Amino acid sequence: MLYNKNKLVLMSAAATLALGASGLAAASTLEDTRDRGAVQCGVSDGLPGFSSPDDEGNWQGIDVDVCRAVAAAVFGDAEAVRYISLNAVERFTALQSGEVDILSRNTTWTTTRDTTLGLNFAGTNFYDGQGFLINRDLGVSSASELDGAAVCVQSGTTTELNLADYFRANGMEFDPIVFDTSEQTVGGFEAGRCDVLTSDTSQLAALRIQLSDPAGAMILPEVISKEPLGPVVRQGDDQWYNIVKWSLFAMLNAEEYGISSDNIDDLLDSEDPNVARLLGQDGNYGEGMGLDADWSYNIISQVGNYAQVFDRNVGMDSPLEIERGVNALWIDGGLQYAPPVR
Amino acid sequence: MSVRPQARPTGPKPPFWRDRAKRALIFQVLLIAAVAAFLLYIIGNTQANLAARGITTGFGFLERTAGFGIGQSLIEYSSQSTYGRTFLVGLLNTLLVSALGVLAATIIGFTVGIARLSPNWLIARLASGYIEIFRNIPLLLQIFFWYFAVLQALPSPRDSLTLSELVFLNVRGLFLPEPQFLSGFGLIPTAFAVAVVASIALVVWNKRRHEATGKRLPAGWISLALLIGLPFAVLVVTGVPVTWEVPELRGFNFRGGITVIPEFLALWLALSIYTASFIAEIVRSGIQAIPHGQTEAAQALSLPQGLVLRLVVIPQALRVIIPPLTSQYLNLIKNSSLATAIGYPDLVSVFAGTTLNQTGQAIEVISMTMAVYLIISLLVSLFMNWFNARVALVER
Amino acid sequence: MTIRHEMLPERPAPSLTVGPIAWLRANLFSGPVNSVFTLLGLYLLYILLTPTIQWAFINADWIGTSRDDCSREGACWVFVNARLPQFIYGLYPRAELWRPNVVFATFAVLIAWLAIPRLPFKRWVTLIALIGFPLFAYAMLYGGYFGLPVVETHRWGGLMLTLVLAVVGMVAALPIGILLALGRRSQMPIVKSFCVVFIEFWRGVPLITILFMASVMLPLFMPTGVSVDRLIRALIGITLFQSAYMAEVIRGGLQAIPKGQEEAAAALGMSYWRRMGLIVLPQALKMMIPGIVNTFISLFKDTTLVMIIGLFDLLGIVQAALSDSRWLGFAVEGYVFAAFLFWIFCFSMSRYSQYLERKLHTGHKR
Repeated sequence: MLYNKNKLVLMSAAATLALGASGLAAASTLEDTRDRGAVQCGVSDGLPGFSSPDDEGNWQGIDVDVCRAVAAAVFGDAEAVRYISLNAVERFTALQSGEVDILSRNTTWTTTRDTTLGLNFAGTNFYDGQGFLINRDLGVSSASELDGAAVCVQSGTTTELNLADYFRANGMEFDPIVFDTSEQTVGGFEAGRCDVLTSDTSQLAALRIQLSDPAGAMILPEVISKEPLGPVVRQGDDQWYNIVKWSLFAMLNAEEYGISSDNIDDLLDSEDPNVARLLGQDGNYGEGMGLDADWSYNIISQVGNYAQVFDRNVGMDSPLEIERGVNALWIDGGLQYAPPVR
Repeated sequence: MSVRPQARPTGPKPPFWRDRAKRALIFQVLLIAAVAAFLLYIIGNTQANLAARGITTGFGFLERTAGFGIGQSLIEYSSQSTYGRTFLVGLLNTLLVSALGVLAATIIGFTVGIARLSPNWLIARLASGYIEIFRNIPLLLQIFFWYFAVLQALPSPRDSLTLSELVFLNVRGLFLPEPQFLSGFGLIPTAFAVAVVASIALVVWNKRRHEATGKRLPAGWISLALLIGLPFAVLVVTGVPVTWEVPELRGFNFRGGITVIPEFLALWLALSIYTASFIAEIVRSGIQAIPHGQTEAAQALSLPQGLVLRLVVIPQALRVIIPPLTSQYLNLIKNSSLATAIGYPDLVSVFAGTTLNQTGQAIEVISMTMAVYLIISLLVSLFMNWFNARVALVER
Repeated sequence: MTIRHEMLPERPAPSLTVGPIAWLRANLFSGPVNSVFTLLGLYLLYILLTPTIQWAFINADWIGTSRDDCSREGACWVFVNARLPQFIYGLYPRAELWRPNVVFATFAVLIAWLAIPRLPFKRWVTLIALIGFPLFAYAMLYGGYFGLPVVETHRWGGLMLTLVLAVVGMVAALPIGILLALGRRSQMPIVKSFCVVFIEFWRGVPLITILFMASVMLPLFMPTGVSVDRLIRALIGITLFQSAYMAEVIRGGLQAIPKGQEEAAAALGMSYWRRMGLIVLPQALKMMIPGIVNTFISLFKDTTLVMIIGLFDLLGIVQAALSDSRWLGFAVEGYVFAAFLFWIFCFSMSRYSQYLERKLHTGHKR
């Protein structure tokens, strides 16, 4: 009996080690990632346009493409990513504990999250704002008519806080109906448990097409908050922070200089010094991050520039059909702006 | 010649590891050392992790403004209240659903358990069918079923199911009329209190008289009449100072009256039905544990059937029933934490869910939540042990 | 006066005391109250069963590939049919499905061998089931050995994950539970109080807070840089929880063994571990089997809670499938299917435990 028991303990210990060993880490995230052969990327548990698996289990979305860009920069292979779907509650712990290297899960950049959770926001890949989705037959055309409404909202998000602020500031009352996942939130809205569903407007667009009757629902014009969404990394590893930050900037710069995955090979011997620097033809700008000179070439050729990523996942080429709006480049009157490569 | 064995063996003293007392001492010291080392290791790791990642610690967050709304609250709460307040709101909601769940589960459980022993074949089969179906399906699944499949299939507020325009049932919940007490109503609680005191006095007096003379009054019925009749009489005399606020459809929702949110309904139904199936089995085996001779002996004394149950079977069965019943009550209270799956604002959902998420202070929040459940478990066990000691056989 | 010399031919008993009518009278219509109850019961059965049967069988749609194949008058089992592989295996790669199948089959054979009393070599099979099988199942499901490709644990799901959680939680909790139960009966005050505190702590808190702790706090307890797989974290939580309950079952079994047994063994000069391992535990464990099966049933049902921390067990994956926009509105079908699977498992186990209880009772009945 005793003998068996010891063996059992040993066995479970061995199994624990074997399964858990993947997380045994050395000092730098880049080295760990290289040893592992894949970037571990925390994504949402299924939000069309941002991150969701298709029928074959391949992940797609604008958040997913950030991870693919980082993988392309580190390995020259955009597919070297391990996706881990996280719900709103566990996302920060998963990043803090090293379960994921990047959290790219439409996470809003706020003071508390940036300064008290041991995290760094590496930029903004989508400027968003909170809005309201409502059934057309309610006959409501503005958020100021929502006094007394029941509102479906996902728990543990900034939207939950903005919602309370907005109704209080406008002297209105509401009943919060809180759900754990975005799927359940849609389920509650669909069943009529609430009059209004609130979330970031981009998410509302994604959720609306999941309804059984998308035409029967509309998004109210008001945007009640600013929600800069972006990838997050752990504090204390500046090299990794730089890699994620500049992977994002590389895609933005590529759009600005007119480089896309289609024309990149024709532009390799471009005369434009900006293009030459970005594509690693003039100097090695990857060196400072521990990467090869062709880091940004790999990103653009395999993932595309920001415009391609946007259009493919959430823009006009996708079912979501979200306008560029504030997400246009600064030269087109938007907010997206990347520091120069030099 | 017989050699008298020596009391103590001579020769060298045995090595200390052969001495049981010393061995026990060493073993316990080792255990303490191991546990302490393990705890230190964990605390050290945690502190290193918190420091390395710059995570805030401490209970200061309880004073900060929560900033989110809660759908059901027994005490005053707004989004301007503190996180400490969210803790209280969640705790009270947990206690509410647990208390009502224990009540309903006990009633259903005793009914089904007794029906299970019915001489009527069909009734006994129906009862055992109920038990076998509901206790073999996970509780979470039952909660989902009631919430997502049954309650969300109810009509919208505009086409509510209604009972004579007083009670409304729709996808937003159950809406009941609420009594509004006018001045002069204060007499009714007073009358009720008087009735309670009178009943207790009556029971005590009746018991003494019974022991002295063997005669007794039907004290139970008299007290029941007192408890209901006296407040009612006062109500009539004072001219019924109560109006009912009937819920009505205004704007998006029903306003006024008492609102029972569907999350509460689903959780309460599932908890009661699931736990009742276990209680029914406990009641059945408790009653069956009483030897048949007891009933027969009581009948031989020509006690009427009601008294056989009341004086012979039930007091003995309770002794068997109470310990497992206690653990079922505790299970129900702990299971009420599944509220978080459907968003009923209980302690786990509001505090260990939303508050944890907004503050990110996992260690403080989870420890507080666990402590609350431990304390509740402890209190319920203490109460039930006390009750059990009262009904236990006094062994001589 | 006549004297009859031969026996009268036997006549059947009056039809009012034997046969179906008598049975009806005795069991259903023995008095006015009972008759009313019977009629009420029959009516209840009628209003419950008729629509259920019509919905689930008569008007149901069984064949098809999409929601358009359903007439929506009855149940749409097409939905369950289309999602069946996901419900059973989660997101396990389709090309590797033979691996869980082999594990399922081995598991079924081992369980059947242990459950059927007549088959020999019980001791060896138990040993294989408790030690060899988990290793084999791990190698098969996770891969990485014998040239099998690795399948990450986050692709595991459905019924497979439910079984993995329940079985591993059980097997790992058994030895810890035995140690805790022995510790709780120990003479050494510190050992005893440590075990009491440990057991009562895990029994006093809901499993869901333990799972929250495992998923949110456990990573902070680990040394910097070490991360533990999410499935392992859930398993650690479940094992600690389960071992406390197991300890109480085992303590009950130990108490049923007369003290004389242990004293006799001590008189023969056996050490503590030999007394326990050779005399007390073999007798006690046999009597504990029904109790162990019962805690296993609760554990099996409790594994559904892991969906709250983001693992897709059977219930979790059904719940996720319900929000697929191509299959909206089939919640009842999904839940009924999951409930049916859980019910089959739990009901047969509880029947087995009742059978064991009757069988094992013979030796110790007073």
